[in-house]
Amino acid sequence: VNGEAVVETVEPRMTLVDFLRETLGLTGSHVGCEHGVCGACTVRLDGVIVRGCLTLAAQCDGARVETIEGISDTGDIADLQEAFRRRNALQCGFCTPAMLLTAQELLAQGGVPSRDAIREHLAGNYCRCTGYQAIVDAIESVAQARAKG
Amino acid sequence: MVEIGAITRHVTLERSSDIAKHAPLIALAIPHIAHPAIRNRGTIGGSLAYADPAAELPACLVALDGAIDIAGPQGKRSVRAEQFFKGLFETALGTGDVLTAVRFPAATADLRVGFAELARRHGELRHGGTGGRRKGWRQDLERRAAGLFRRRLKLQRVRATQEAALAGGSVDDAVKALDLDPTSDIQATADVKRHLAGVLLRRVASSSLGTYEHVLTSPSR
Repeated sequence: VNGEAVVETVEPRMTLVDFLRETLGLTGSHVGCEHGVCGACTVRLDGVIVRGCLTLAAQCDGARVETIEGISDTGDIADLQEAFRRRNALQCGFCTPAMLLTAQELLAQGGVPSRDAIREHLAGNYCRCTGYQAIVDAIESVAQARAKG
Repeated sequence: MVEIGAITRHVTLERSSDIAKHAPLIALAIPHIAHPAIRNRGTIGGSLAYADPAAELPACLVALDGAIDIAGPQGKRSVRAEQFFKGLFETALGTGDVLTAVRFPAATADLRVGFAELARRHGELRHGGTGGRRKGWRQDLERRAAGLFRRRLKLQRVRATQEAALAGGSVDDAVKALDLDPTSDIQATADVKRHLAGVLLRRVASSSLGTYEHVLTSPSR
């Protein structure tokens, strides 16, 4: 998890996001709907984003898990985080860690995605504060900036 | 023949050039399945075995006249997709059975496919959807089968009258011939759903009359 080996015995039905939050104290991944709809629990598993509430901790034996804490520390999304702050792309912040991870997966594909493509990629992540406009703005601006190098 | 192993993830199919070439209906449908984080984990076998009539792949398999391979206590067997889906979350899988693979005919040069669905947000379970295929070009239509499916109701194939209407080249007649009996729910009345089924049928019919390239590059996303 976030580059550190973790050895724990878990209950068979414990979800990955509960394990991260309750066992490891990594509370940046949030628990919203707990059935795959809201997207707040998004984490990376072996390099791709997954629902932390639909993945069992036991399924992650031997896997590489990255959370917002670890990804933030790498500095890989510092520009995205700054763009969110600058554009007011968050209010309460509940959806933000997952929103950042989801956006980063789209941006990592390269190029400057259209606003429609950004919206579609974010369709699995609910935000109840912003109305999404500012989030799309922030992601679009980072895509443009990264494309320029 | 295209064969896909049960634990193939949606994202793998989404990015496969083989699927785009030989299974264009599947390629059109995959982007409508939930969201990226779910397509990274979900599998074709899981989606089919779950048999939610609002899901994309069960309808596609029926439209493609596919077969589903099962391994069970009595050995292996194969079930036609239309017989596999028995109802809401209900399939031909019995106790101890495991869905191992799906098979369907590879696309031919004269195959036209279309896919459309309506949902409140992209990736959500739909109100109604249709996936269709047609062989041939306009009037020399050899066969048209569409899986028309509705939230919470059994997956249905279009009736013979509708296939005949489409074969005659009249989308209006085909929409009139839609014989659906949806239930009203909190999101839409039965009348609305019947209307939407017609809208979707028109979209698929118009897209599947286009050229192969047109259909491939025009998923409703």
